Amino acid sequence: MATEATGEAEAAVGMPQLDFSSWPNQIFWLLVTLVVIYLVLSRIALPRIGAVLADRKSTITNDLAAADELKQKAVEAEKAYNDALASARTEAAKIVAAAKAEIQKDLDAATAKADAEISAKAAESEKTIAAIRDGAAAAVAEVARDTAAELVAALGGSVDAKTVTAAVSARLKG
Amino acid sequence: MATTDEAAGGLQIHPMDQFIVKPLFGDGPIEWYTPTNVTLWMAIAVLAMVALLVLSTRRRAIVPSRGQSVAELFYGFIHKMVEDVAGHEGLKFFPYVMTLFMFVFLSNILGLIPMSFTTTSHIAVTATLALLVFFTVTIVGFVRKGPGFLAMFWVSSAPLALRPILAMIEVISYFVRPLSHSIRLGGNLMAGHAVIKVFAGFAGAMGVASVVPIAAIVAIYGLELLVASVQAYVFTILTCVYLRDAVGEAHH
Repeated sequence: MATEATGEAEAAVGMPQLDFSSWPNQIFWLLVTLVVIYLVLSRIALPRIGAVLADRKSTITNDLAAADELKQKAVEAEKAYNDALASARTEAAKIVAAAKAEIQKDLDAATAKADAEISAKAAESEKTIAAIRDGAAAAVAEVARDTAAELVAALGGSVDAKTVTAAVSARLKG
Repeated sequence: MATTDEAAGGLQIHPMDQFIVKPLFGDGPIEWYTPTNVTLWMAIAVLAMVALLVLSTRRRAIVPSRGQSVAELFYGFIHKMVEDVAGHEGLKFFPYVMTLFMFVFLSNILGLIPMSFTTTSHIAVTATLALLVFFTVTIVGFVRKGPGFLAMFWVSSAPLALRPILAMIEVISYFVRPLSHSIRLGGNLMAGHAVIKVFAGFAGAMGVASVVPIAAIVAIYGLELLVASVQAYVFTILTCVYLRDAVGEAHH
């Protein structure tokens, strides 16, 4: 068997590549192979891989665009939040100011009313005091008159009511 | 076999035996239709291609599996090469170029399996591939550009006196293309495999000292892996360069 193979190899040309008797066979099977590979590639493999790559590319592009959009939205939301916060602050400040003003007004009104009451009371008191003082003066004059008359009578003088009254009045005035 | 060699009294290595085309069944003559080891290994290449590019991509995943990544890598690599070298017009020939690349690449790699048969080490195969490219380029060039295709031989940027000489050189180099295209591939593959076989023969004959040739085989095997890929790449990129003559702008 081994010698047979050796004999065959020696019988053939040195290089099997140059043994032209096998060329038609090789070329035929090569062409068959190439046609099969070409058909498989162009019908199935290449369109499929190309579609997958295109799909992936568009997916990535879409995702990036979506991410951009979301980022934009987030920025807008933050801005809206800040705006809302600022307007809420001014609103609060306005409300505080209004409340303060109202309280001030109430306070002023109450103060004025109290002042008025106080002054009214003071006037009344003065009037009462004046009346009391007048009453007191009158009483003093009467007492003085009576006392003077009694004193005069006690000292043995004759009591002339008119004279005593005039004298007491002159004394009180003086 | 080894005993026979030793009985013959010398180191008998048959580095070229691995390239013999044999019928798969029986021992008859090799007709053009006979299924041979060529048929077998080409069929295996087709199956490998289907596994690599069709089965691995059947899920069409947006996030690719490992197999699909490899398929996409091959697709992107060749697609970019065709687009960069042959131009945008050349993309019509992308399936054609991809066919050549996948066949040459897979045959080269499969040929490195021990006991396998390397179809691309045969001039018959590489010459057919190169002639296919040659005729494709020539026919497409004339169909697309008409007689204007001949302008690529007339180097308009050179001084007028030199142009006829340059034209002759260009024409000769144009017709030498299929020869260099095919012999570069076939020769590289054949030489590498023959060297591995020679070293393997040494290893069989040297007893304990055979670690040296075995180490050499390991090193050469690594080199041959590189050669297998690089030659497939070179064959494909040259195809693209030639296609540019046919479809692209004049570049001389």
